[in-house]
Amino acid sequence: MTQAQLQESANIPAQSEEHGERKWRDYFSFNTDHKVIGIQYLVTTFIFYCIGGVLADLVRTELKTPETDFVSPEVYNSLFTLHATIMIFLWIVPAGAGFANYLIPLMIGAKDMAFPRLNAVAFWMIPPAGLLLISSLLVGDAPDAGWTSYPPLSLVTGQVGEAIWIMSVLLLGTSSILGAINFLVTIWKMRIPGMSVNQMPLFCWSMIATSAITLLSTPVLAGALILLAFDLIAGTTFFNPTGGGDPIVYQHMFWFYSHPAVYIMILPFFGLISEVLPVHARKPVFGYQAIAYSSLAISFLGLIVWAHHMFTSGIPGWLRMFFMITTMIIAVPTGIKVFSWVATVWGGKLRLNSAMLFAMGFVGTFVIGGISGVMLAAVPFDIHVHDTYFVVAHLHYVLFGGSVLGIYAGFYHWFPKMTGRMLNEFWGKVHFALTIVGLNMTFLPMHKLGMMGMNRRIAVYDPKFETLNFICTMGSYLLAVSTFPFIINAIWSWMYGPKAGNNPWQALTLEWMTTSPPAIENFDKLPVLATGPYDYGMNNGDDEVVENVPLSDEREPALAAGPNSALRAEPDPKVAANPEDRE
Amino acid sequence: MNIPSSIWTLIIGIVVTIVSLWYGQNHGLLPTAASDEAELVDGLFNAMLTISTGLFLIVEGALIYSAIRFRRRPDDNSDGPPIFGNIPLEILWTAVPAIIVLGIAIYSFDVYNSIGGFNPHDVHDAPIGEQAVRMPGAAIAATLNDTPPSADPSNLNQDKSDAAMQDPGTAEIRNADQIPQKRNAPGVGVVSPTIGSSPDREGTSPALTINVTGLQYAWIITYPDTGITTGELHVPVGREVQISMTANDVIHAFWVPELRLKQDAIPGRQSEIRFTPKTLGEYKLICAELCGPYHGAMNTQFVIETPEAFEQWQQEQVAISNSQQLVAVNTAVSPAEFLAPYISDLGIQPETLHQIHHNHH
Repeated sequence: MTQAQLQESANIPAQSEEHGERKWRDYFSFNTDHKVIGIQYLVTTFIFYCIGGVLADLVRTELKTPETDFVSPEVYNSLFTLHATIMIFLWIVPAGAGFANYLIPLMIGAKDMAFPRLNAVAFWMIPPAGLLLISSLLVGDAPDAGWTSYPPLSLVTGQVGEAIWIMSVLLLGTSSILGAINFLVTIWKMRIPGMSVNQMPLFCWSMIATSAITLLSTPVLAGALILLAFDLIAGTTFFNPTGGGDPIVYQHMFWFYSHPAVYIMILPFFGLISEVLPVHARKPVFGYQAIAYSSLAISFLGLIVWAHHMFTSGIPGWLRMFFMITTMIIAVPTGIKVFSWVATVWGGKLRLNSAMLFAMGFVGTFVIGGISGVMLAAVPFDIHVHDTYFVVAHLHYVLFGGSVLGIYAGFYHWFPKMTGRMLNEFWGKVHFALTIVGLNMTFLPMHKLGMMGMNRRIAVYDPKFETLNFICTMGSYLLAVSTFPFIINAIWSWMYGPKAGNNPWQALTLEWMTTSPPAIENFDKLPVLATGPYDYGMNNGDDEVVENVPLSDEREPALAAGPNSALRAEPDPKVAANPEDRE
Repeated sequence: MNIPSSIWTLIIGIVVTIVSLWYGQNHGLLPTAASDEAELVDGLFNAMLTISTGLFLIVEGALIYSAIRFRRRPDDNSDGPPIFGNIPLEILWTAVPAIIVLGIAIYSFDVYNSIGGFNPHDVHDAPIGEQAVRMPGAAIAATLNDTPPSADPSNLNQDKSDAAMQDPGTAEIRNADQIPQKRNAPGVGVVSPTIGSSPDREGTSPALTINVTGLQYAWIITYPDTGITTGELHVPVGREVQISMTANDVIHAFWVPELRLKQDAIPGRQSEIRFTPKTLGEYKLICAELCGPYHGAMNTQFVIETPEAFEQWQQEQVAISNSQQLVAVNTAVSPAEFLAPYISDLGIQPETLHQIHHNHH
């Protein structure tokens, strides 16, 4: 190889033949482009959301009447177990990873993720794990011990189904660990020169916090599941009381992951709507640093609250007090975020399009889940409502009213970037209205049900709860209906929607500074920061500047420089100044 | 921040406060409070609901107001004012939730202490004495050996369990030969978490002790004082009751919504709660922890009655037990046979029971 050839090959971007999307079938291949992988994640997880939603509606159909008249109690238990497992491990957690995959390299001006092949591996663990889980329905022995899978119950119900469940969750956990490593390295090492951590979009901050939790707690879940598998298959008695094992140890290990997991499920969407709100409110995000650092605070505190799931289980009295206080303290950083979002919206010029409506709906419904979360932290009250529909209501307000509305806000906001086409606004608003009504109708009555005495995970209940349950069931049908406008809108608009242009929302973050959809290597040349990510309203009335902002260093940068601007700060010494060094 | 004029802020503040205070007292979300403990828990809930209602109204109000007041006019393409933050305001809304949370935590602590949850003796029951700690390797040795019982046996799980087992009816139901009772959990003096005696009754024995055992899918209740084994829980009003519970297969949870008390019954462990029944009536004792397909059917009558009615009920039960030769003593009966007399009490059909034991792995 001559010197010139060597030089040439060294400078051609490292990419495989299949890197980047050229044809539709690239989306079904082992592609290493982060944008393809991001869309693979989002579409796959949405399909699982639909499956999980069908299971939820079957559960609610059974609960329409007090008797077991729709499915047998065994099948009922499998339905809610699979519903929870699919929604958590195959929808909300990987959907957050999907957005992160698509957006993070674009937001920090990188060409791709740090480890593109690892990224593809992480994604391609998900479809087999999901199919494996659903296949348990076909073998007629679906897992039915709840998504918590507490021993000894999980050891005495169907063995095959339980083993499948463990295997599937282990695969999904591995996938999310691989993803988390990739996000951390990408955000830390591949920002464009001049973007310090305090100029990153807030979504990057939330993914740092999320990835840290994933790396610290997921291995503990893996440990718990492997020990459970030994008990189940090899007859050991780590958790099995008949051999002197302790089922409470499993609960500690399980919740050491699964409580932080709720932050894995919500923090990415805290980040997403911190992006959506300022763009459509046309105002800088209020309290950038407060929002950024509160993510880290939540991530840290989230690791020391797990035992609040065990207040009525086997922990001593004084320990309950410790976990009560740590749990309640999480309300403070969460409150900071909520107030900051409200202040971001306050006094802006709100474009009430679908993305903005979902983002504001997120704040409004998440608040209800947050408030009931503080109530649940109070030990005496939690002892009353633990394992009841009050908890079901709380977690659905957080995970549906929070995460799912956040995902929809993200879909509507970045759809033009991903596809180059606009979604239909009318059907978007119909989708929003149906979703908000449906979700409150489904989950609000559950608060009262739980407090009055309806415990969760039951197929038969006291007839006095029939009216409220009927309302919940009707609400769940409405939620099912609400997804149709979205699905049809998304498919139709992807093919025939009006062209979006590069920056339809006049946003300032870097992902809007390239074509829609972005080229394979994202940016033609290295993007340059001329404004901070949220410097809206800095040059009011001068639309030209707003439309043309960054991309090149030729303009008058000082004009647009806000307090968060790169131009006001020293370049970050940790980030390589020469773009070539980043390869 | 474009805060509305102070008069409007004041008026809105007053209205929000009044609405919150009213709703916090008149929500109707909780069932009858049938024990002394329930009253305290309800007080805590009302306080939390009052604060929550206020917060809810403020946040939702601000969002809806913004959506109406600050929506973009069709001809206006300009941006909003570039406000990046406001340090005093941010300190305020960090401090206020912190103080509220601290207040709720202190109130919760107080209620929890009053219902007997915070039993400081639990901590001091660590089995390793001061001298032993000084010996090198003591900590490791303690984990290797079967730890000896502590000097104060009153909180020790094994002793409580042994006491419960002295009743032959209980011993049979509790499946103790299959599931060994745990002694001391590692690092913690006592295995069983408790809702113990309230501080003013510290050191006193409860008026009535009842052993409760959860098994798929029934609660079996034994009264050690009279030897009754039954499927219904009856307690006399106004006397402190202690329930010692365990489970003989999977985890169950003892819950009477009207008592506001819940405790997991865990195989291999002994746990207990104490309460003082207050309101006469018939309630439901529910299993709150998923225990299998028929989990939803696992409930039974919980009756708070006058001491006279309770006496009479006890005598009837003793008579029935004698005539039935106390099924529980007979070690040869299968669970189905054993449960047969209680089927009508448990609210499940005989066929269901039959089915259960055929499906049981």
